[in-house]
Amino acid sequence: MTGQDDTQGGAPKGRGELRDKPQRREEGNTTASGTHPGVRGTARATHHGEKVAHQPHMAPGRAAAPEPRGIHGAEPPRTARPGVHVHAGAWWIWALGLATAASRTTNVLLLALLTAVAGYVVAARRTDAPWSRSYGTFLRLGVAVLAIRLLFAVVLGSPIPGTHTLFTLPEVPLPGWAQGVRLGGRVTAESVVFALRDGMKLATLLVCVGAANSLANPARLLKSLPGALYEAGVAVVVAMTFAPHLVADVARLRAARRLRGRDDRGVRALLQVGLPVLEGALERSVALAAAMDARGYGRTANVAPAVRRATAALTVGGLLGICAGTYGLLAAGGSGVGAGYGLPLLLVGLAAAVAGLRLGGRRSPRTRYRPDPWGARAWLVAGSGAAVAAAMIAATAYAPAALDPPAVPLAEPTLPLWPAACVLLGLVPAVAAPRGALR
Amino acid sequence: MIRFEQVSFRYADTAAPALQGVDIEVPEGELCLVVGPSGVGKSTLLGAVSGLVPHFTGGHLTGRVTVAGRDTRTHRPRELADVVGTVGQDPLSHFVTDTVEDELAYGMESLGVAPETMRRRVEETLDLLGLAELRDRPIATLSGGQQQRVAIGSVLTVHPKVLVLDEPTSALDPGAAEEVLAVLQRLVHDLGTTVLLAEHRLERVVQYADQVVLLPSPGAPPVIGAPADIMAVSPVHPPVVALGRLAGWSPLPLSIRDARRAAGPLRERLADRAPEAPGPDASGELLVRAERLTVRRGRTEALREVDLSVRAGETVALMGRNGAGKSTLLSTLVGLHTPAGGTVTVGGAVPHRTRPADLLRRVGLVPQEPRDLLYADTVAAECTAADRDAAAEPGTCRALVEDLLPGMPDDVHPRDLSEGQRLSLALAIVLAASPPVLLLDEPTRGLDYAAKSRLVGLLRSLAAAGHAIVLATHDVELAADLADRVVILADGDVVADGPTPDVVLSSPAFAPQTAKILAPSPWLTVTQVTRALEAAP
Repeated sequence: MTGQDDTQGGAPKGRGELRDKPQRREEGNTTASGTHPGVRGTARATHHGEKVAHQPHMAPGRAAAPEPRGIHGAEPPRTARPGVHVHAGAWWIWALGLATAASRTTNVLLLALLTAVAGYVVAARRTDAPWSRSYGTFLRLGVAVLAIRLLFAVVLGSPIPGTHTLFTLPEVPLPGWAQGVRLGGRVTAESVVFALRDGMKLATLLVCVGAANSLANPARLLKSLPGALYEAGVAVVVAMTFAPHLVADVARLRAARRLRGRDDRGVRALLQVGLPVLEGALERSVALAAAMDARGYGRTANVAPAVRRATAALTVGGLLGICAGTYGLLAAGGSGVGAGYGLPLLLVGLAAAVAGLRLGGRRSPRTRYRPDPWGARAWLVAGSGAAVAAAMIAATAYAPAALDPPAVPLAEPTLPLWPAACVLLGLVPAVAAPRGALR
Repeated sequence: MIRFEQVSFRYADTAAPALQGVDIEVPEGELCLVVGPSGVGKSTLLGAVSGLVPHFTGGHLTGRVTVAGRDTRTHRPRELADVVGTVGQDPLSHFVTDTVEDELAYGMESLGVAPETMRRRVEETLDLLGLAELRDRPIATLSGGQQQRVAIGSVLTVHPKVLVLDEPTSALDPGAAEEVLAVLQRLVHDLGTTVLLAEHRLERVVQYADQVVLLPSPGAPPVIGAPADIMAVSPVHPPVVALGRLAGWSPLPLSIRDARRAAGPLRERLADRAPEAPGPDASGELLVRAERLTVRRGRTEALREVDLSVRAGETVALMGRNGAGKSTLLSTLVGLHTPAGGTVTVGGAVPHRTRPADLLRRVGLVPQEPRDLLYADTVAAECTAADRDAAAEPGTCRALVEDLLPGMPDDVHPRDLSEGQRLSLALAIVLAASPPVLLLDEPTRGLDYAAKSRLVGLLRSLAAAGHAIVLATHDVELAADLADRVVILADGDVVADGPTPDVVLSSPAFAPQTAKILAPSPWLTVTQVTRALEAAP
């Protein structure tokens, strides 16, 4: 109760402007509260005394009350959160920049360096929030991908011609229709190295995505979506949060199995809790849907029928234009038939779709609470990622051999100096971004 | 503000109406309490105000419900979102976003409130509910009381004229419940918000109500009136009312303060008598023993060097704040957590090193959510499975169910049982293996007074038969009624351990209503007082 008392002094006045109407009970109220004087008169007596109906929030009058602990309302309203968040989009651009760089090289040392850079920034700047823990998951996923890729190279062989035989597995004879597929057989050092580099590339991409996930709350990215897409975005985010809930449910129900004297390990245990877990998930989603509905999810504003029709026409037409334009560019681009109309069609389609989305946003009366600002820090974070990507793309032209060393013949990988220095640019967010706010 | 006109409601798949002949008017700025046994339609009544009944649940509603002049027939829940704020039983299923501040803003964003206004209201609400320090915290990391306050805050920011709350304090410890109720009081008194509230734990809320709506049985028309009038006839009532009825006080007091004023003569009558207390029985076999037990969960120490011993025939209540480590202690006793330090033995075995099938015969735990224990499609199948798990005679579990709660149908899905029935079924399943040690985690959550007193009788007879019982609870009345000993945990430490009268009488937060009214005499329950008065009139 003590914490409550602290805030009581100022808060009722702070909300005083909320209701201009008289705060007494309506006439004809049969249950006069006077029959129970006991509690009425005790704890809240002081507030009745100082209740001021029309006092605006943060008025000087607040000073008359003892300044309560933790009144943030006394500060001038901030519309942004300096020092707490970098725009979620900036983190994604940074991470995708690193990922682009990773996709341009198969040099094991460069890939390792990229992973290290991403890891260092995550370690330096992530918070204690639940989504921050996803980095570990992505890291494990990356290792698993690497292991699977190596396993496939060993068991199924690889088209890479090699001379250094590491060992030979017994080869399984396959029927004629499976020609071209091999099971077992000679495993060469070259094929293993090739698979390792390939796997590492994939793993690095995963680690970069994981870094973005743990540094930027996926829900905050939503705030930057156009209004017309927001509701769909909320649905997606809610769906994503179901995975951790499911994991927690499975753990709880497996514990409950133990209470009934059954083993809590093994596939059978997992299968038997499956149905209750799904039932629980379904019930929770229904409850959440009810709560969201009651809180105004999906409210629409009235718009003129003409605007609605224009929105539909622009969106559908725009999407068709984008499809046709992309087809023109990709499929027919080389032969020259579609190249002429491909690009213009794509651009027109894109413009129409964007206009459709903006017009569609009118139907949704939503506003945004404290959208993340795109400030200098966001520019630095996004810029560093973009710079790494650009440098690596430039380097593919400049030093292709260093970035993509041939697997045959075997050679020790060397660290190309300039590309490596460029990758280190990705470390900028470790300094530029603010520290995690949560301990 | 809220008006029900001849409202009846029937769910789509049932023949009997859930509500019938409901005529209620709740004026602006009133706190209206909905009471009644469980399964009587309280949640349905609340849902009708927010429009979720029938728009979301389906079913057939006749009559008219209007809120602030809007008819719920023509307004969908989302169109009522700016006048009605609803918080359901489980705050976790209410949250859309993942941090406190965003959650407070979500409703306003949906309604299209201007950014500056949103910012100001979020700050105001953070202060009003004492959440300012938690503003950036992920909701998943908050305690139950904090979550409940965030849930209330998230609907308050919209400035609803009506607040609808379904059991807002049932999951909360006494302190957190007081906090939430203090906030509601403030909203009603200072801002003129109309509050409609359903709650089982009447001892916590009835004194704040302006009007009480009693739903006596399913489908029966509600009885409406002033709290004292309704409580005089209500089948569900808090101990203060029971004592008032027993002593024949008029007007019937609803708060401790009023009751104490009226209790002078009763105190005198009881002055030369002492409550019959069996006294802790120190002769039983030592069944639960934990020494310097330390348990870590993640990076935090959930229990720190806890000592606990429970003998056969003894009932021990574990109390303390939400998140104090009560559930962790119980889980450790059934081997769900491996201690980081210290020793624990239960019925002669080390729980985390014993196979589940073996441990089953030494200790049984009914978890907070009894539903977790139930997998089968029907009650009968569940009982058969329990007999098999426990290697008991076929029919053992079913016989126990019949003992605990006669008349439970065989072919019903466990999910469709009432809270009380579900608890009885889970208890029967655990008892099928006849473990000498019985652990219960929050057994009275969602139970009405009738189901609760049945549970008390049952646990008493089990203790008399030589079971050692440990229950974690927030319910001070239950602890006073049942426990020989009370252990209070705070932040993973044992801060008090002693006979129930000694512990609960020394701490106002954990004292039952009877004790507060009759202090300084050590009376804990209405039953004790009744017996004493009957013994010597």
